[in-house]
Amino acid sequence: MSLLEARGLTRHFGGLRAVDGVDFDLRPGEVQGLIGPNGAGKTTFVSLLSGRIPVQSGTIHLAGEDITRLPAQARVRKGLAYTFQITSIFPGLTVFDNVALAVQGGRAQIGSWRGGGAALEAAVAAALGQVGMADLAGQGAGALSYGHQRLLEVAMGLALQPKVLILDEPTQGLAAGEIAGFMALVRGLVPAVSVLLIEHNMEVVMGVADRITVLNFGRVLARGTPAQISADPAVQEAYLGA
Amino acid sequence: MSGAKVWALHLAVLVALFAAQYLLPPYHATNLARVLVLALFAMGYNLAFGYTGLLSLGHALFFAGGMFAAGLPAYHFGFSAGPALILSLLGGGVLAGAVGLFALRTAGVSFMIVTLMFAQAGYLTLIYFNAWTGGDQGFAVPASGRSLFGFALSSDGPRFAVAWGLFALGFLVCLALVRSRFGRVMVAMRENEERSRLLGYNPFVVKLIVLVISGLYAGLAGGAWALLFGYAGASFATIQYSILPMLYVLLGGAGTVAGPVLGAALMFWLIELASGLTSAWLFLVGAALVVLVLFAPKGILGWVREKVWRGLP
Amino acid sequence: MSFGPFLLLALMEGLVTAAVLALAASGLSLVFGVMRVVNVAHGEFYMLGAVIAWFVTTLVPGPAWAGFLVALAVAPVAVGALAAAADRLVLRRLDYDPEATIVATIGLLYMIQQAALSFYGPDARPVAAPFDWRLQLPWFGYSGYKLFVVLAAAVVLLALWLFMTRSKVGLVMRATQVDRDVAQAFGIDVDLVYMAVFGIGAALAAVAAVLIVPIQQAHYLMGHDPLLLSFIVVIIGGLGSLRGTVVAALVIGLSDGVISMFFSPTLAKILATLLVALVLVFRPQGLFGVRDR
Repeated sequence: MSLLEARGLTRHFGGLRAVDGVDFDLRPGEVQGLIGPNGAGKTTFVSLLSGRIPVQSGTIHLAGEDITRLPAQARVRKGLAYTFQITSIFPGLTVFDNVALAVQGGRAQIGSWRGGGAALEAAVAAALGQVGMADLAGQGAGALSYGHQRLLEVAMGLALQPKVLILDEPTQGLAAGEIAGFMALVRGLVPAVSVLLIEHNMEVVMGVADRITVLNFGRVLARGTPAQISADPAVQEAYLGA
Repeated sequence: MSGAKVWALHLAVLVALFAAQYLLPPYHATNLARVLVLALFAMGYNLAFGYTGLLSLGHALFFAGGMFAAGLPAYHFGFSAGPALILSLLGGGVLAGAVGLFALRTAGVSFMIVTLMFAQAGYLTLIYFNAWTGGDQGFAVPASGRSLFGFALSSDGPRFAVAWGLFALGFLVCLALVRSRFGRVMVAMRENEERSRLLGYNPFVVKLIVLVISGLYAGLAGGAWALLFGYAGASFATIQYSILPMLYVLLGGAGTVAGPVLGAALMFWLIELASGLTSAWLFLVGAALVVLVLFAPKGILGWVREKVWRGLP
Repeated sequence: MSFGPFLLLALMEGLVTAAVLALAASGLSLVFGVMRVVNVAHGEFYMLGAVIAWFVTTLVPGPAWAGFLVALAVAPVAVGALAAAADRLVLRRLDYDPEATIVATIGLLYMIQQAALSFYGPDARPVAAPFDWRLQLPWFGYSGYKLFVVLAAAVVLLALWLFMTRSKVGLVMRATQVDRDVAQAFGIDVDLVYMAVFGIGAALAAVAAVLIVPIQQAHYLMGHDPLLLSFIVVIIGGLGSLRGTVVAALVIGLSDGVISMFFSPTLAKILATLLVALVLVFRPQGLFGVRDR
């Protein structure tokens, strides 16, 4: 059984078939990579999954429930979290408040109406601890380094306590040392959380993912284990020929 | 910054304002009552603009809505001040909710113009029904309507007490609100609406709630103005009364609890002072707007928060 | 007078309103189109045009038409220069942030209005029409000057259209409208373009005011209604579209003339403002505009 399931997912922009009848399954407890050449439709595809763009045709189910027509915020509350490709935080708020917003807005709805409380503080501390930023809680988020802002983005995703976490190019712009730590972080999330990882960095995908789906021209080109994908001639052609 | 310290400081502000009526000469004590009512209006404006990022040009409608919701029943049907104030609260809130249902489908400049147009339509409606509303001339609220629990609101003591009491209520509710879980979400709307959607919040609903709360403040202030100072008129629905709370908030510091009252007080006495020298007080308002936007968009308490005390709510 | 001639009179009055409105609104539309700035002080530039026309016509000796012609030249230039200065000193420093510029132009509105009150006074003052000729129709006589206003407005609008579509400067302005950054990359001095556009926009309002001032008197509060009507026209015509603006001005002007002759003008205004709000909410490209991008 799959945790997140898409069938015949389609989105055209004018004549451009950005996503064209994609079937997709994310199993419980796996890390699945989503790769493809530039313009393959990866970002549009995950925008359909997260609800940022409405679906033209096809269906999406989360844990058996049809979420195709739900707005983005309702999907978040059902346990489908999305972290942005371009860092999108609340720069005028502290790191604590950024994560607290996720804690109180997500699936568990933790926290009292007064905006504080031990449960909320514990959940914020846990999420920040997971990305190694526990000591930065009081800082202004806008003043963080780029790498820390990327990690804050991930911490906000985790603080939503999702069933499925979609990470959109999380390692973009990270230093080599930070990437190794990030890979360990992602592996540590499963099986509690299932992860869909959109990634350009092949080393990261190959090292972290259990399975990989390859998109090209809005369609699924291949899927399989990292070993199968790297041996697939069609995939090699798509990347080299593009 | 600890919660106790924040509350203590804001309570001290309230005590100081209450004490001011005994320290100021009577003429200025009455003016302080006016300032407190205007500050109540501006605090509501600040919740929408300063905290949530909703730059409205239509708050005069909510102020006038409250003013007439209190004033008309007092004038035509002999309502006393208590029920009239409750009606003013309702008037402001309902109007804000109705406008919000439409206006909040837009954002930024469109939101400003849509709220402006609704307020203009409201002003013209007051003019159109001038047989009831008195139009531009307005009407004086009768003594029967200016009585609360047997106290005459036309006399100095009760008038100041009611103005201060309503202000204090609004002030403390505002402080509690912005420090609450919901207050955090309000600021999230201002800072990054799309991100907040992807954290599980519905921006339309959040902004509608804030606008209604803001309308409750504006309506209560409008009703209080009519009952405490004995006059209601359509001129309070003109765009000028949408600009004034914006000016107070910009001056005192957008997104700070005490900013609106500081801005209202400073601006009020600045105009008072200037009107002794020249009749050109509108010029002062205009110049203040331009100077604030150009050189001090964060206002006084915004500056304090940036340089002195980061935890200022 | 029977119904037919009465309607004709209403339509002719409406046409005059429409012509002046189209001029004033095209200035607002130009500024919004190119700069994405909503100029709330636009009505005050209009008022200044009328007030300057009064000063000029009282200062220039000789026949009425001489003073009028001088006013027609001086008022737009003076108002345009003031607007360009405001752009340079205020709007540019705000980096044309949409919301901040609205607040700043509200400030300008109050300053200009108060300055007019202080230096010009609270009275409404007439300006003599440049010529005195009446068109005698079978049912009523009609001011020839009003017909001249329609003609003059049409000429100015045509010139504006030619300027924007045919001249090199107009091309530069339209390029800046499409993409400010690309225009800058191609060596266009965007700051200068913006200053010119803001000046021209204000000058158009001033021209409209000089044309109207022999019909309506000059008064320091006269900018309020044209501002509101210009907003209505620009929004219904589709923000930033010159053609849509002219079409909307005709519709609003004519219907205003007709409606206010048969119904309460206040009621007409209430309906118009509500219509504008709803258009912005549900059809932001305007009633006559096409959705771009």
